[in-house]
Amino acid sequence: MSDLTKTPTDRTTPMVKAEAVHKSFGAVEVLKGITLEVNQGEVFVLVGPSGSGKSTFLRCINHLEKINAGRLSVDGDLVGYRQKGDRLYELKDREVALKRRDIGMVFQHFNLFPHMTALENIIEAPVQVKGESKSAARERGMALLERVGLAEKAGSYPSQLSGGQQQRVAIARALAMQPKLMLFDEPTSALDPELVGEVLDVMRGLAHEGMTMIVVTHEMGFAREVGDALVFMDGGVVVESGSPREVLGNPQHERTRAFLSKVL
Amino acid sequence: MNSLDQGAVNPGRPEAIKAVPVRHPGRWAGAVVVAVLAAMLLHALITNAQFHWDVVGKYLFDSSILHGLGVTLELTALSMLIGVAGGTLLAIMRLSSNPVLSSTAWFYIWVFRGTPILVQLLFWNFLGALWTKLSIGIPFGPSFWSEPTNQVIPLFMAALLGLGLNEAAYMAEIVRGGIQSVSPGQTEAAHALGMSQSSTMRRIVLPQAMRVIIPPTGNETISMLKTTSLVSAISLEELLRAGQNIYSRTFETIPLLVTVSIWYLLLTSILTVVQYYIERHYARGANRILPPTPLQRLAGLFRGRPKPAAGPDVVPGLEGGGHQ
Repeated sequence: MSDLTKTPTDRTTPMVKAEAVHKSFGAVEVLKGITLEVNQGEVFVLVGPSGSGKSTFLRCINHLEKINAGRLSVDGDLVGYRQKGDRLYELKDREVALKRRDIGMVFQHFNLFPHMTALENIIEAPVQVKGESKSAARERGMALLERVGLAEKAGSYPSQLSGGQQQRVAIARALAMQPKLMLFDEPTSALDPELVGEVLDVMRGLAHEGMTMIVVTHEMGFAREVGDALVFMDGGVVVESGSPREVLGNPQHERTRAFLSKVL
Repeated sequence: MNSLDQGAVNPGRPEAIKAVPVRHPGRWAGAVVVAVLAAMLLHALITNAQFHWDVVGKYLFDSSILHGLGVTLELTALSMLIGVAGGTLLAIMRLSSNPVLSSTAWFYIWVFRGTPILVQLLFWNFLGALWTKLSIGIPFGPSFWSEPTNQVIPLFMAALLGLGLNEAAYMAEIVRGGIQSVSPGQTEAAHALGMSQSSTMRRIVLPQAMRVIIPPTGNETISMLKTTSLVSAISLEELLRAGQNIYSRTFETIPLLVTVSIWYLLLTSILTVVQYYIERHYARGANRILPPTPLQRLAGLFRGRPKPAAGPDVVPGLEGGGHQ
């Protein structure tokens, strides 16, 4: 069904390309050579046990973490570096910030700004970063709130919203920057079970509109229904990858099978 | 007879609990002791002629006392301004990843927190003895501008530098604590949206740190108001010095100290109220409902105790059946 609504646009340059990405925290190597490609307009699902490195990998994509070895690029540009000849130059903070504008991120614990109302949360970055006028930003912000079904909560502070509502505001906040790629870091893991559905609905809508999404999740139903590609990670390596139906329905590796038997 | 029986007869909402409250005989005994002590103190204050309350009244609005009061207020406001601005700067330097900035800030705090403020005040006052002229020019080279130190730094400026620069060292630690109290997720969220380091600090981190920074800053301000009395040691005529100048002529020492104390007490009381409202302002978003202001509380007192709300705990359908 998702294939019908999606227009097969320019799928030549991958949105995200990772080649042998390594990341260590001190002596602990969290990513031990991740190689994968995420195509434009694709919903790419990362699953795996906690500590497998999937969240770390996600955070490397918008340079919240610096990779130690390998190559990682978004939309053809290296993340965090500029290449001249065969030499890499680290980007300045300002240049990194410029790249991050195009990458939206949704966090497990929402990370809304508690001293701002829902609408103020959404218009903060467009006004501060893009220099949009307040009235224009507010208008777009209201439209985004409408889209996530929270128009009447525009003036509420995050502490006055439920977890599901907060996460929907957080998604609207990320969308306000009109990103070309959205990263979801376990967006429903901190929610009460009955609130998971409303957040997944918003994400499903986004996927149907053709947004490129990388989703770290434990929601296998969502992965199977909406995902175009799925990777199972464990111990900092990709164990198995393919279409969600293949991997979830007929896992080839013992480790994948053991994991799925626990979460499905 | 008892509530259990009634519950059996009437299966609706049980009757509200009526119980004998816990008695507090200790509180009553304590209140009596305190009342007696207060009466004794009041008696001593009124009957001891040495207080010379008439003299206190006479000097309370004396022009030199009021002038001294003005200087005290000015010093407090300006040195807190220097303290807060300098402290914020130092805190950000201290937390910076740039080792030059963080060690400079560390050194500053080490010196200014490690020496008594009175000594620092005297240093600023006697700077002219250390360097007779101050000049601006090329380091170790020629100078373009030069003035005698005592003209660049008059008495008031020396007092302001002494108080303000010392305060900055204390405020730096307060601001640093505030900044570190904001969850790192907030910075990450701002960075992920493409916000720069500086606008993340200014728009996201500092406003949230305020909630932690404000209460101790209020204390610092109140403390500063009283610390300004130290500058009487470099003979700047602030509130205490104004009083001292009078009693050195008239020998009415105690009445003038009382006069000065009344003003200090009044000002610190006002600051306490101001602090309350500022704290309330920055509680936005942290509390679901803002606490009532003292005025609202007072109004509530006169309206009597709020009745237990017949709100959400009463199911409408059951209520009708139960009470008939």
